[in-house]
Amino acid sequence: MSDNHKVIGRSVPRIDGPEKVTGAAKYTGDLKFPNMLYGKILTSPHAHARILSIDTSAAERLPGVKAVITHKDVPTLKYGLSPARWDESIFCSDKVRFVGDKVAAVACLDEDTCYRALKLIKVEYEVLPAALDFLHAMDEGQPQVHEEYARNINTEIHQEFGDVEKALAEAHHVRTDTFVGQRTYQSPIEPHSAISMWDGEKLTIYSSTQSPHYFQHYIAREFDMPMGDVRIIKPYLGGGFGGKLEPTGLEFAGAVLAKLTGRPVRTFYDRAEMFAHNRGRHAQYMEITTGVDKDGKILAAKANFIMDGGAYTSLGIASAYYAGALLPLTYEFDNYQFDMFRVYTNLPACGAQRGHGAPQPKYAFESHLDNVAADLGIDPMDIRIINARRPNTVTPNDFRVNSCKIKECLERVRVMSGWDEKKKNLPHGRGIGVATGSFVTGAGYPIYRTDLPHAAAFIKVCEDGTAATLYTGSVDIGQGSDTVLCQMAAEAMGYRYEQMKIVAADTEITPLDFGAYASRQTYMSGAAVKQAGEEVKRQILDMASSMLGLPADDLDCGDGMIFSKSRGGKSLTFEEVARKHFVLRGPLLGRGSYTPPKLGGSFKGAAVGTSPAYSFGAQVGEVAIDEETGEISVVGIWDVHDCGKVINPRLLHGQVHGALYMGMGEAVWEEVLFDDKGRIKNAELANYRLLTAVDMPPITSEVVDSYEPSGPWGVKEVGEGATNPTLGMFSNAIFDAMGVRVNSLPLSYEKVWRALKEKREREEAAQREQDARREAQGRRADAQRETDPALPPLYANPA
Amino acid sequence: MAQAITDKDGVKRYLITLNVNGDAHTLLVKGNAILTNVLREQLDLTGTKKGCELGDCGSCTVLLDGKPVDSCLVLAIEADGREITTIEGVMENGRLDAIQESMINHAAVQCGYCTPGMVLSAKALLTRNPNPSEQEVREAISGNLCRCTGYVHIVEAVMATAQGRLTPDDH
Repeated sequence: MSDNHKVIGRSVPRIDGPEKVTGAAKYTGDLKFPNMLYGKILTSPHAHARILSIDTSAAERLPGVKAVITHKDVPTLKYGLSPARWDESIFCSDKVRFVGDKVAAVACLDEDTCYRALKLIKVEYEVLPAALDFLHAMDEGQPQVHEEYARNINTEIHQEFGDVEKALAEAHHVRTDTFVGQRTYQSPIEPHSAISMWDGEKLTIYSSTQSPHYFQHYIAREFDMPMGDVRIIKPYLGGGFGGKLEPTGLEFAGAVLAKLTGRPVRTFYDRAEMFAHNRGRHAQYMEITTGVDKDGKILAAKANFIMDGGAYTSLGIASAYYAGALLPLTYEFDNYQFDMFRVYTNLPACGAQRGHGAPQPKYAFESHLDNVAADLGIDPMDIRIINARRPNTVTPNDFRVNSCKIKECLERVRVMSGWDEKKKNLPHGRGIGVATGSFVTGAGYPIYRTDLPHAAAFIKVCEDGTAATLYTGSVDIGQGSDTVLCQMAAEAMGYRYEQMKIVAADTEITPLDFGAYASRQTYMSGAAVKQAGEEVKRQILDMASSMLGLPADDLDCGDGMIFSKSRGGKSLTFEEVARKHFVLRGPLLGRGSYTPPKLGGSFKGAAVGTSPAYSFGAQVGEVAIDEETGEISVVGIWDVHDCGKVINPRLLHGQVHGALYMGMGEAVWEEVLFDDKGRIKNAELANYRLLTAVDMPPITSEVVDSYEPSGPWGVKEVGEGATNPTLGMFSNAIFDAMGVRVNSLPLSYEKVWRALKEKREREEAAQREQDARREAQGRRADAQRETDPALPPLYANPA
Repeated sequence: MAQAITDKDGVKRYLITLNVNGDAHTLLVKGNAILTNVLREQLDLTGTKKGCELGDCGSCTVLLDGKPVDSCLVLAIEADGREITTIEGVMENGRLDAIQESMINHAAVQCGYCTPGMVLSAKALLTRNPNPSEQEVREAISGNLCRCTGYVHIVEAVMATAQGRLTPDDH
């Protein structure tokens, strides 16, 4: 673990900073091509309806309309992101399954004409009863969302590890709590768009995607084309958070419209359409049971969940498995049972949102653990430290954990937040809560089955050595991967960050990479980049060896200078050696790729949640509650993360801030609301409450010194992990402040107010009961005294 | 009132002059054309972003006579003859403005989609109030939603600009 790194570990400015602050950065929706048309999709106004007829003739006659397409004009092959359940069609043919389901599309000369054309498409529907309540979607007699999936069951999971019943029977204390999580939406600020164009048989799509590779794979499959004829380019991307991971109607419909018209077509969603496409966090019912010994050590845990999948699978099978798979990470216990139903409803599909599957179960588990601690009279911080996972352990569901400093995170956040002092001294109405989180550093297995490497990279050094270009399929969605990977490339090459260039996320130019999801790129793309950089460095040292007449293994290269390790003396610049290499030996190139080792157990679903490394973190939050209104003011939040070696500290803390911000929104303010017809009531950013700058409390983010032995330079996850503790941390802080537990998300002011009101009413009722009892007792005592005047006055007259 | 021209279908268009970043542009626009779309589609100034078209997100912020406005809530004809600064007009003589430099150095930029609006709101604040308190900074950018940063580094970058510290100590 050498610390004489020249490039990594420094907060270098982002490589894309100047373009982004000047407005020069082009996002997909900013691009224009000659002869380009505008395309829009017609969606269903009903949650569940049979399509009786579609008449496009009036739309086709409107001047400026260049093409109108329905299910008759597109491939019928079903698609999706989870190969086990391909259940989406480019356009609905028989029935629509949610408000927003895709029915037809138009390509027009301008945007205004698109809207007029959409209004002229006549769709006759027979409205069907809809399944809108996920808790009853499995009941007998409920409307069937997909005929082939009985009782609306999309995914069913039953896993048991160890002997849960035995451990619960032997436990000192067993407790069960139930919680409900709400549907949230990623809400990236950039709306989705795609520009599709054909050149003969070759299809090019510029897209706001988190994974050009998966888009390329699924689009080639849908149109029965060789992957090599599909080119996906990701321009700058304005945030994704999981919501831009899968192909949408924009790409599929856009490609068909472009083919029919022979012109580039830009298709795009507006804000309401983004909400309708959704793929946000599943609403979820969660029942948690644990058994603990008298010290609070967890002996066994049971998780029994139901998830609202919406109308399609999206990445939801993985979400369902993740919900249970990641629970046993932060605390050590051997006995674990996980049962889950993911059900179909006539609502927009849910998928992967930051912290994929983990934040709501973590909310449930962390709230539950505080309840257990309260039952036993143990400090919430202590019960977590007692149960904290140790490094080099294996979870009951067969995840190998190498580095793990969850205990150190808890100990550090305890000090930073002033936990012990505040726990003693905070007045009623003020409270402090703690929770932990953990997340994968990239998924151990790809989304579809393939033996391809997960990441690859090239480095091309300019012929005169004054620049080097990194070619990577990885995707900067804002998290800063372009910057971090250039730092890693420069470090491995012995070069300078300032001279790095990058070409990323263009399937025709850049080598394969699965993209931005599961917090994988610094580790996995980084491993490929490191290998490519080291290959460049080997060639540089070999060339320098012949130029200097010294053995190559005596030479090293750092910060763009080649020098002898043993004798000092004459050094060469990277530029002169690279130039000489090009002249004598040809182009100076480096290549790298990364494939994870075989991971995980052999039970059904064992692959989901596997990862070569896991991050850990602990958060403390302090809140003040207004008892009259239930309003929650956040006094401060402290986060300590175990994320391995840090490549760029400022970017890293930016990830923590952002993940925590998203978790904070989900904890108290954000929720996608539906009316009784399945229509979204708040598909805009004023009533879907994204937090503003004035809503944010002071945030202190720190890391513990950590090194992941399996990762390049010891790196692991950071981008999503800090979302996982936040919801539970809020729940626990409110509990500490007021002594009430809100058992459903979001922990809104209204729910806090209601919980306080109920508590007050309970207390008042108890008081009345007690008074009545005392009065009755008093009457009995009076009666008694009359018969037994010797009774002492204390009993006769209770205070 | 701007001169109106009616086409053969009876659609009226208005002849307006927008002074954008010091350049005068004479344009023909429909009455309902929003300033965002005219800047982006007719002048190719795509640094002004479109996020919601409802005045919620602030990514389309421009300065109208020096004041930050959501350009999606401004009709192009309302801006006729007025001074507009878009993000493309913030650099002077090829040099980044202090707020731009500070935003880069403090890692206040992530996906960058809110950044142009953020830069303009912050610049307007610092022009009218060179020494804002942290609360004043937060209020000034509260109409600009950022989904990436939790605003932590953005607030830091604006405060640091006011204090003339464009580069943080940990850089």
